[in-house]
Amino acid sequence: MSRTTLDLWVGFFVAVGLGALLFLALKVGNMASASSGDTYAIQAKFDNIGGLKVRGAVKSAGVVVGRVAEIRFDPEAYVAVVTINLDARYKFPRDTFATINTSGLLGEQYIGFEVGGDTAMLKSGDTIKKTQSAVVLEKLISQFMFNKAAEDGGKK
Amino acid sequence: MDNAIVRTLRGLGEKVTSRIWRLGYASRFFLAILLHSGTSLRRINLTIREIYFTGVLSLIIILVSGMFVGMVLGLQGYDTLQRYGSTEALGVLVSLSLVRELGPVVAALLFASRAGSAITAEIGMMKATEQLSAMEMMAVDPIARVVAPRFWGGVISMPLLAALFSAMGIFGGYLVGVQLIGVDEGSFWSQMQASVDFREDILNGVIKSFVFGVIVSWVAVFEGYDAEPTAEGVSGATTRTVVTSSLAILAADFILTAFMFTGS
Repeated sequence: MSRTTLDLWVGFFVAVGLGALLFLALKVGNMASASSGDTYAIQAKFDNIGGLKVRGAVKSAGVVVGRVAEIRFDPEAYVAVVTINLDARYKFPRDTFATINTSGLLGEQYIGFEVGGDTAMLKSGDTIKKTQSAVVLEKLISQFMFNKAAEDGGKK
Repeated sequence: MDNAIVRTLRGLGEKVTSRIWRLGYASRFFLAILLHSGTSLRRINLTIREIYFTGVLSLIIILVSGMFVGMVLGLQGYDTLQRYGSTEALGVLVSLSLVRELGPVVAALLFASRAGSAITAEIGMMKATEQLSAMEMMAVDPIARVVAPRFWGGVISMPLLAALFSAMGIFGGYLVGVQLIGVDEGSFWSQMQASVDFREDILNGVIKSFVFGVIVSWVAVFEGYDAEPTAEGVSGATTRTVVTSSLAILAADFILTAFMFTGS
């Protein structure tokens, strides 16, 4: 086989291979939409984070505005401390309300921001004061059962 | 009786030392390849020729099997997911299993049997017909001229082949899932994009396939170079290449996965 045909085939092979990698990176992976831009870190304390995971989404009005960077346990206050990396493009008021929600009935959990009315904005290193824990399904069911039992007891 | 015990022990000891000696020989051989790879990179034509033989000629088998693996994943994944009413997650299932595991591993296994065995047979025959000795007579280093280009050709080809395998498999899963069964196209791609991470999943897959490329090429050139210079010896070496590199790929995959994908 002549040199030029060989080079052509190898060039074709390498180009196709790199194309496949590019396809994986852009179409399959989230490289195109990943915000590699600047972020700032804030913290939020929750009594119970439920099934929240590191790299979980942080959403406001349903739009992803940041990611969970770290989750650790505070051994003095017995609460979970969640560090959140927020996209530097978005600023939130100091009295923003952080809740842990579930997408769908059995979907993964994310942090939702409900925006407050404070004029001062959250800065890097700040802690969100108002939070609401994850809803634990078992607690909800047992509460419902107890209420039901109490109602029935009252009737007699 | 005493003799029998001594003989068994001696046999055991001999086996262990010869294995370890062979491992050491293979490691020194690996170092020699690295030291002599200057030539194969300077005379890049040698390496390009090997990329043609290992990479380009493996394209068909890699593309076709990637397609089929992806199509089977699409069918089986749909069958399982529809029990939980979450067929939209089919894209996630197909892409993650291909990019993380099946792409690098199956492509490497195919590569070992398609290209690795050919490399071993070629170098073994060169040795059997004393072409390697003839090169040495002419003051041409056979490691630099014959072994290193084949090694680097394999190392370069492997990640590209694995990426092609994954891409083709995802396309196959798309064909079966979306076109044939009728999973929603939008959620197929968007859920995939939401859960496949470039660094965590794709880059780790590429690292895996690179490691497998080094393993397969190393085993193949070593077995060829170390083959007994007879027809039987070459055939035995070719078999050993496929067996050893397949086992090494699977073991290395476990170790790499344990490092890459544990923890949250």
